[in-house]
Parts: sequence; structure tokens; C-alpha cells
Amino acid sequence: MNNKVVKTKNEVIQKRSLLRSDSKQKLLTFSSLIVMFIVFSLASPNFATFNNIVGILLSTAVNGVLAVGVTFVIITAGIDLSVGTVMTFASVMTGVFIAFWNLPIIFGILGGLAAGALCGFINGSLIAKMKLPPFIATLGMLMMTKGLSLVISGTKPIYFLETPVFRKISMGTVFGIPNAVLIFFAAAIIANFILTKTVLGRYTYALGSNEEAARLSGINVDAWKIAIYTLGGLFSGLAGVMMASRLNSAQPALGQGYELEAIAAAVIGGTSLSGGEGTILGTVIGAFIMSVLINGLRILSIPQEWQTVIIGAIVIMAVYADIIRRRQR
Amino acid sequence: MKKVFVALVSLVLIVTLFSGLGLAKEKLYIPVISKGFQHQFWQAVKLGAEQAAKDYNVEITFEGPESESQVDKQINMLQTALSKNPDALCFAALDSKAAIPLLEEAKAKNIPVVGFDSGVDSDIPVTTAATDNVAAAAYAADKMAELIGYEGEVAVIVHDQTSRTGIDRRDGFVNRIKEKYPKIKIVDIQYGGGDHLKSTDLAKTIIQAHPNLKGFFGANEGSAVGVINAVTELNMIGKIVVIGYDSGKLQLNAIRSGLMAGAITQNPVGIGYKAVEAAVKAINGEELPEVIDTGFYWYDINSIDSSVIKPLLYE
Repeated sequence: MNNKVVKTKNEVIQKRSLLRSDSKQKLLTFSSLIVMFIVFSLASPNFATFNNIVGILLSTAVNGVLAVGVTFVIITAGIDLSVGTVMTFASVMTGVFIAFWNLPIIFGILGGLAAGALCGFINGSLIAKMKLPPFIATLGMLMMTKGLSLVISGTKPIYFLETPVFRKISMGTVFGIPNAVLIFFAAAIIANFILTKTVLGRYTYALGSNEEAARLSGINVDAWKIAIYTLGGLFSGLAGVMMASRLNSAQPALGQGYELEAIAAAVIGGTSLSGGEGTILGTVIGAFIMSVLINGLRILSIPQEWQTVIIGAIVIMAVYADIIRRRQR
Repeated sequence: MKKVFVALVSLVLIVTLFSGLGLAKEKLYIPVISKGFQHQFWQAVKLGAEQAAKDYNVEITFEGPESESQVDKQINMLQTALSKNPDALCFAALDSKAAIPLLEEAKAKNIPVVGFDSGVDSDIPVTTAATDNVAAAAYAADKMAELIGYEGEVAVIVHDQTSRTGIDRRDGFVNRIKEKYPKIKIVDIQYGGGDHLKSTDLAKTIIQAHPNLKGFFGANEGSAVGVINAVTELNMIGKIVVIGYDSGKLQLNAIRSGLMAGAITQNPVGIGYKAVEAAVKAINGEELPEVIDTGFYWYDINSIDSSVIKPLLYE
């Protein structure tokens, strides 16, 4: 059993360079997305309207940013269960800076981002330095940020009614496209750059493929791990600011459950939970598959209980497709 | 891999086919967006909405987020509903302020909005179909006073201190006691999030902290079940007068067995029915009152199976 694991990991290392040229998975998921889109368009005249497409983009934006952040962590063979509640914590901190302390909006944004990054930094430190399993460390962080958000906000939503400009961050539009969507795309492009063109990105794959080999080849594994979790936290912080702006309020009770949607989006997009594999483009497509599906089923007036069943089935099928693909290589 | 792909596509196609059958042609379409979905209370609201849809020959969909904290999910549902160009919209806002831009969009498109349950905190809705929770909780206070002999210690568990229903029920009960029954003392008010287990623990602690407690009011289903569990676990059955709110199997059993003195029930079926009915009237340009009171009832072991009460209760 152990041998097998080592072997597959080695294989993964060998194939890592091939990974980016291997666009089969991406093609598959992307064509599923297109097919869904066509089917829904044919089924309902209300689906492929400008307003509805903007609605889909908007509902993907926050989840998409979370999914992009968690992709980094999953590629290192780690997991971050705290992304949803860290997002909430960041939005509450943004609320504290702007609505409680009346600081300029830019400080609120930076404060939210910093709060997210700080949580990520703590996650990374717990995992790298104190050797906690990622599942446990981030589960603890999930609960702590969930509780802190309620404590800090006094369990009440914090509204940004005095600062109408704040809402523009997500809901201002460029040619009819909400800013939140543009921020999501920009974040994805930057994330893709980091993952494919920088040392941080290379080490992200290296850690996930074989951490011991990475350590032996002189990489400061602990430091890079902390950096990667911090980056993941930063994306959660960004999602928090976007969410607060979209709802014009920081909702302290929100957030739990989002981590699973983010992880699902990454996995549908071909990110392997055993580490070493995954792309930002894949995750973005994965996030869109989820939101197009939810939106399309709603447009078609499918009963809500069945919507959930169908989405669950799609997640299973997507991961199965990924397993088959691996076996074929 | 091809097989999986084919399976994926065919699934989507099948789903589409099925839904094609359900798509109405010329009927009026009214989406109903509630604050919850799987909770029995919302299922009863749904039942009423479907009944009205049948009576008035309109098409409805009924949706709500999985938990009452998912404000953004509800906003997405609202947005999708508007994309379908509905003829009217029934909406129970989780956070009215967050929903205002979309409601303004509805207004701009001349889509009448009908609030229901906790409604929408804005002047956009043409009317709101809801229970008068303050009056209902005050009535529970009157019953409590009567049952404990107009004096003694009473405690309250409420689902939360932020939602409209939580605030109204707490204040309705507490203010009535303070105004009319000076010999009754409210010793504690706690918030259990409507969670059965959490409310149970809270209720147990309160009972242990106040050995002379004579009455306990649980302000929604989860809170009331918590009180029932606490009283049972501490062997205090018969020693504490328990009054609940809404229904659900556990509460109904407790009333039948005599553990619980009685409860207030809203009319969830009526809320759903009246909301859709009001939407139809709004589409037809009829004049509507600002608030449609859907009523409440007190029920106990004697009236639980009566023809008036029985249809309002859910298990």
C-alpha cells in the first residue's frame, strides 16, 4: 500500500512537466460547461439573457475567489477548511474599520485582506511549525473565526450605509459587468501567474508531489508552506471584502459551508486532493460549472431538493472522470 | 472517460426534458422565495402557496436557503427569479437591506413584490402576509400567567435576538408580563439559535439556576423542544408550566402527554396561501391592505385535534 502511494507520487513528479500540456481534463470540463450552457439556453429563453449571465458571473465571483485560494493549498496536498469563515471574519473586520472606526474605505479593504492573510499565516504556522494535520488546524481556525466574527460584530450585521461608495467595489459596473466579476478574473489571472511563473508556484507543486524530496533538495519547506497558506488566506480576505460590498453589510453568521463548495469547485476542475496537480483555469471552470448548474436548474424551476441531488451527482462524476483519466496514463 | 462524459451530458438532457414538462405555457408565474426550505414550518408555507397556485391557476416555484444565515444565497435566488421575468414575486427577506437593490429592480420592471412571514423592511412590497408575533407572544404571556396563578418566576428561551420574529416574540411576551402581571418575575432570557441541542442545554442550566421556576416559554419550535428535553431530563414534568410556539412532532407529543401546557401556532399554510393570493390580486391591480394578518391560535391537549387547529399543525 505504502509502496503504491510512493510510486504514484513519483509518477506524478515525472509527469508534472507534462501536466500543463495535458489539457484533456480541462477540455472535458470546459466542454461540459459549454454543453450545459447550450442545453439550458435551448430549454429556457430566460437563461441566456444578459441579465441572467451577469447574475451567474456575480454568483460565481466570491465562491470563485475562495476556490482559487484553496487550490494552492490543495495542490500542496493540504486542505483549508477555514476559507469560508475566514472570509466572514475578513468582511467583519472590514466593517469594523469602515463602519465602527470611520476609517477611509481603503483601510477597510486593506484591513480585510490583512485579516485574511493573518488567518492564513496562522494556519500555515500551525501546520508547518507545530506539525498539526491541516484538517485539524484549519478546522480549529474555522471555529475560531466563526466565533470571533460573532463576538466582534456583536452578532449583528454591520451595515455600510454611511459609505455608499463601498458598494461600488463589487457592484459598480464596467460596460454592464459588475466589478466583483472583474476582480474575480483579475485575481484568477494573478493566481495563475503565481502558480505557473514564480518560485512560489513551482514549490507549491513540489510540496504536493513529494514533500520529503523537496526538503532533501534544500527547499525550506516550512517557510514556503506558511507562504502558501498565507496566500490562500489573502484570497479569502479578498472574497470577504467582495462579499461585504455585494451585500452592503458584513454578515457575521455567514460562511460555513462555503469551504466545501470551494473545494468542490477545485476538484471538479481537476485539482487532486492527494496533491501535486491542479490548475487555476481548471478551478475557475469548476466554479462556473457549479454556478451555471445551480442557476440553470433554478431557471428551469427544478424543485430545490432535486437541485442538490443533481449537483452532488455531478461532483461525483467529475471526480470519477478524473480518476479514469489518471488510470489511462 | 467518454462514457462519463456522455453520462454527464445525458443527465443534463434528462433533467431538461423533465423540466420541459413542468414549464407552464400561458400561466402567470410567481416565484416564492422564503427564508428556509427543509424546516417543517417552511414546508407548511409551501403547501399553502401551492394550494393558492392551484386555486388561482398560476405557476409558482418555492425556494429558500438552507440556513437563515445564508443571506447571499437568498440574494442569488432573488436575482435568478427576476431573470425569469415573473409576473409577481413573494419574498421573505433574511436581510432586507441587502436585498433592496434587487427589489428596486423589480419595482422598475413593474413586478409587484409581496412580503410574507418577516416580510421586507422597505416600502417596495405592496403588502405583507404575516403573523402578528407581538400579539401572539403577548397571548402566550396571558396564558402563562393564568396557568401559574399570576405569580412566580418565569424564564424564556428565544431563537435569536436579531431576527424580527425573535425580537417581536420576546418583547411581546416580556412586555405583557411586565405591564399586566407585576407578581410574575422573568428571571432569564436566553438565545439558543433555534437549535434543539443548544436550547436543551440552556434550558437545563436555567432550571438548575432557578429552583423555584414555575413557567418556561420557548419562542419557536427549536427553543420549545429544548425546554421539553430539559424538563424531561431533569424529571421536572408537571412542576414547570411549559408553553411553546409553532408545532412539530415533539411539541405535539409533549402537549398530548401533558408535559407541555399548550402552544401558540401561527398559520403557516395561511401565510403561504395569502402571500400567493395577494400576488395574484396585485397583478390584477386590486387594492391591498398594508398588512395581511394571517392570524394565530392557542392550542392545548383539548383543542389539538379539533378541526380548526389540526390543519394548522405540522409534524
